[in-house]
Amino acid sequence: MEHYLGIFVRAVFVENMALAFFLGMCTFIAISKKISTALGLGIAVVAVLAITVPVNNLIFNLLLRDGALAWAGFPDVDLSFLGLISYIGVIAAIVQILEMVLDRYVPALYNALGVFLPLITVNCAILGASLMMIDQDQTFGESVVFGLGAGVGWALAITALAGVREKLKYSDVPDGLRGLGITFISVGLISMCFMSFGGIDI
Amino acid sequence: MASQKEVLIDPIFNNNPIALQVLGICSALAVTINMSTTLVMCIAVIFVTTMSNLAVSLVRNRVPTNIRIIVQMTIISSLVIVVDQVLQAVAYDISKSLSVFVGLIITNCIVMGRAEAFAMQNGPWLSALDGFGNAVGYSVILIGVALIREPLGSGTLMGFEIIPTAANGGWYVPNGLLLLAPSAFFIIGLFIWAIRAWKTDQVEAPEYEIAPNAQYKEAI
Repeated sequence: MEHYLGIFVRAVFVENMALAFFLGMCTFIAISKKISTALGLGIAVVAVLAITVPVNNLIFNLLLRDGALAWAGFPDVDLSFLGLISYIGVIAAIVQILEMVLDRYVPALYNALGVFLPLITVNCAILGASLMMIDQDQTFGESVVFGLGAGVGWALAITALAGVREKLKYSDVPDGLRGLGITFISVGLISMCFMSFGGIDI
Repeated sequence: MASQKEVLIDPIFNNNPIALQVLGICSALAVTINMSTTLVMCIAVIFVTTMSNLAVSLVRNRVPTNIRIIVQMTIISSLVIVVDQVLQAVAYDISKSLSVFVGLIITNCIVMGRAEAFAMQNGPWLSALDGFGNAVGYSVILIGVALIREPLGSGTLMGFEIIPTAANGGWYVPNGLLLLAPSAFFIIGLFIWAIRAWKTDQVEAPEYEIAPNAQYKEAI
């Protein structure tokens, strides 16, 4: 149990998707003007990551890995070069399914998330988390926790940035730095704060 | 119809994908700790963007609009797989140090964004030029960031020592902050400032201004 808790804490604070690995930056910068939208997007990312990472883990271990097709009578087939295209396909399909399920059963949440759901397909944090999971050779249980943690970390980071930006618009920023420039510098400062979690190890 | 020269040159300074369009920052920052990985990443992105724009533009009239995203995705992922396999075969060390970021070119917004915004409306030659120009604009920023981070962070450039560091008997004590994540954000922020100080028309309008009617004495 402690092992899983350790993975979760690492994924949320120490190896934060947005602030330590720069993943999902485009959406991170573009959709962090208001706390409410940022939070909505964050929740959507948590949901998608918590589903796609474990599913990609299963696909890699059962179909693509070297020798994984032994059960079908092909013990020396290595399909791992097909990884990238399968992961992105899985992500696109799951986002689509999630969108339809939410529309049917939880219309309130669906309307709140609106345009963000389809956008998530091209959010690098989603594909990045799957690739890291493969890189670290995680087991199924670990991948569930890792996906959830990565999502929560990303949501935390974007909400924090939105909070900073809501206050920032009242400040008198030099002309050239206004908007994008000062946002980057604030992200840098937030990222520095998150680095202080660095020593934590459970 | 934009001229070929405009399509090629415009994205490098006037409409830079990173500094103005906010595209493709995701992978831009992580690979800039040293110059050689940055150059490899730039070449990979230039190849993928140019080829994907060309390919998307060639099939643009035959693809029904409601499945266009998946078609673009398939084209881009196939190109990235090619790049990934070539890198693993030719430059294994660099491919290891780029780790997940080669795969992440798929979701690099520049590639997707240009395919969707430009290649779907324009002919193959112009689209390829546009892809090339945007990828070069991305590379200029990346190389600029790497030029600051590598020498100041570890005293080297492309792995060769250019500033003698204290550890090797020189005078320079490397600034460790430049090897960490926050520095990349600061450098990009300052880059944007520099570009906008030069091209003042890119300055964003203030969202909020203090109302001018409060007199100093009244306020007290």
